[in-house]
Amino acid sequence: MGKGALGKVYQPGEVITRQGDVGDCMFVIQEGQIQVSIEQDGVVTPLRVAGEGEFVGEMAIFDRCVRSATLQALDEVRVLTIDKKNFLKRIHEDPSLAFRIVQTMSRRVRELGGELVRLKQEVGAGDSGGRAPGNQDH
Amino acid sequence: MGIFTFGKEWAVGETELQLKDGSKVAVIGGGPAGSFFSYFLIEMAERAGLEINVEIFEPRDFSCPAPAGCNMCGGIISETLVQNLAAEGINLPSSIVQRGIESYILHMDVGSVRIEPPIQEKRIGSVYRGIGPRDIKERKWGSFDLHIEQLAADRGAKVTRGRVDRVTMENGRPSVAIKGGEPQIVDLLVVAVGVNSPTLKLFEELDIGYKPPKTTKAFIREYFLGEKVIAEELGASMHVFLLNIPRLEFAAIIPKGDYASVCLLGEAIDTKLVDEFLSSPQVKNCMPDSWSPEPRSCQCSPKISVEGAIHPYADRLVFVGDCGVTRLYKDGIGAAYRTAKACATTAVFEGISSTDFEQHYWPLCRAIRQDNAIGKATFSATRVVQALKFARRALLNMTAKEQKDPDRSKDMSHVLWDMFTGSAPYKDIFVRALHPRFISRLGWELLASALPHRRQDHLH
Repeated sequence: MGKGALGKVYQPGEVITRQGDVGDCMFVIQEGQIQVSIEQDGVVTPLRVAGEGEFVGEMAIFDRCVRSATLQALDEVRVLTIDKKNFLKRIHEDPSLAFRIVQTMSRRVRELGGELVRLKQEVGAGDSGGRAPGNQDH
Repeated sequence: MGIFTFGKEWAVGETELQLKDGSKVAVIGGGPAGSFFSYFLIEMAERAGLEINVEIFEPRDFSCPAPAGCNMCGGIISETLVQNLAAEGINLPSSIVQRGIESYILHMDVGSVRIEPPIQEKRIGSVYRGIGPRDIKERKWGSFDLHIEQLAADRGAKVTRGRVDRVTMENGRPSVAIKGGEPQIVDLLVVAVGVNSPTLKLFEELDIGYKPPKTTKAFIREYFLGEKVIAEELGASMHVFLLNIPRLEFAAIIPKGDYASVCLLGEAIDTKLVDEFLSSPQVKNCMPDSWSPEPRSCQCSPKISVEGAIHPYADRLVFVGDCGVTRLYKDGIGAAYRTAKACATTAVFEGISSTDFEQHYWPLCRAIRQDNAIGKATFSATRVVQALKFARRALLNMTAKEQKDPDRSKDMSHVLWDMFTGSAPYKDIFVRALHPRFISRLGWELLASALPHRRQDHLH
């Protein structure tokens, strides 16, 4: 990565932020790819791969919960950090600064909706009794 | 009955001073202010479902070496601007950022101290506004201004190479013409030229109450050192100097790709002052052994704004960036971004009358002006430190202790970081300097430095 490359460089496999950590910033990927994954009951589920220009960890800007996912460099990745406190201050001056983040979140809600429908349909199709997924006992 | 237009109810017949589908907007100046304005105007118009024709008039070709393509500036993109642009989806590629800056080194006669950023990351970029100095040998990096102009062009703005030499008002609408060209009447004229532009004179004759900003002269000189030498000698650090040289307010050496930019701010900067600074041991210490003040690659003495313009708006006419209001000494490109965007938002969502600009654009300009007044007071305090050796020693010791001890609060370091980088408003810096802990620690260091047996000069 060049002398003029802004941000911080992470090596392949390096964890940028871990699920459960306190989040006080978001990231914008400048180069490379990041694996977003969630761990539950000891099982790591890869959610998606984020690439150049994408926002990751943006929920930390707007809520006070801990990180919901782990971000890990897939290859050599360069990431720019946006500080929560200063960024919120700037949004107060110029609310449209949050427009692209809201756009990103909106797109992800759509994608999650689509994913939920797909999963429900899969569960429904696999249910021999043909019950609706929402009526299952577990 | 009224017509609802973007959050504003207009009586029939009063919708004239609004942008509509097909409106023509002329932007004089394709530097950051003009290009950011065009970019955001088109983006916001798209969000509002409007199609607007934007034409940028820019005489310079930013792909040419200085002075044909240079906008005469130190070329620092502040960490606030880098983050804001990233949030806007504008990421600065390494093909235009000559060097990522990761720390500042403060040099004084009593010693030097490195100031690390709040987080270990390169979030400040050094750039050339054009392609580089007059004697550029190899074009390894692109022009910052060209990059932003291209972003506006990619959004749909038309870029016309030519200098506007006629501006008139025809039946309440602006008319502009480039040298040798036919005049064209537009719905909105945006002036985004620098304070060095001769175009500004055209508006003093328009009788709109506009008075250009008050200016002073800065000094910028470029030295070719080569990429390897820059990395070894200057590193990824901006070198700032607080030296007891009369009339010198601020001095910095900014590492670029192959070059080092020397920037001086102060009153009536002349050859004597420049020579005194360049021959100081502090400058010689951070430059290579073989370096001497001559020969140089190129130099300029651009005017910089020190007090904003008077009444930078009228019906269908508005001034953004340096020719309107900018920040004192620092982060001029950041101010161009902020004023350009606020102006574009006003034009699309509020209107293009003098009243619209006064109510929705001017408050940001006024806030910057007020902050500059605090900035002037802050720089006055710096002058006191420059003049008193024990105060310089106190500042050095306080900063060095903070940088050495990771658990110690970084009171002075944050104040200096924000002063040098232009990342925070001057008001924030001033408030931080009024914190009781800051005052008590500085008071202690001043006392200690004034005692004869404690006087020691350090290199930290």
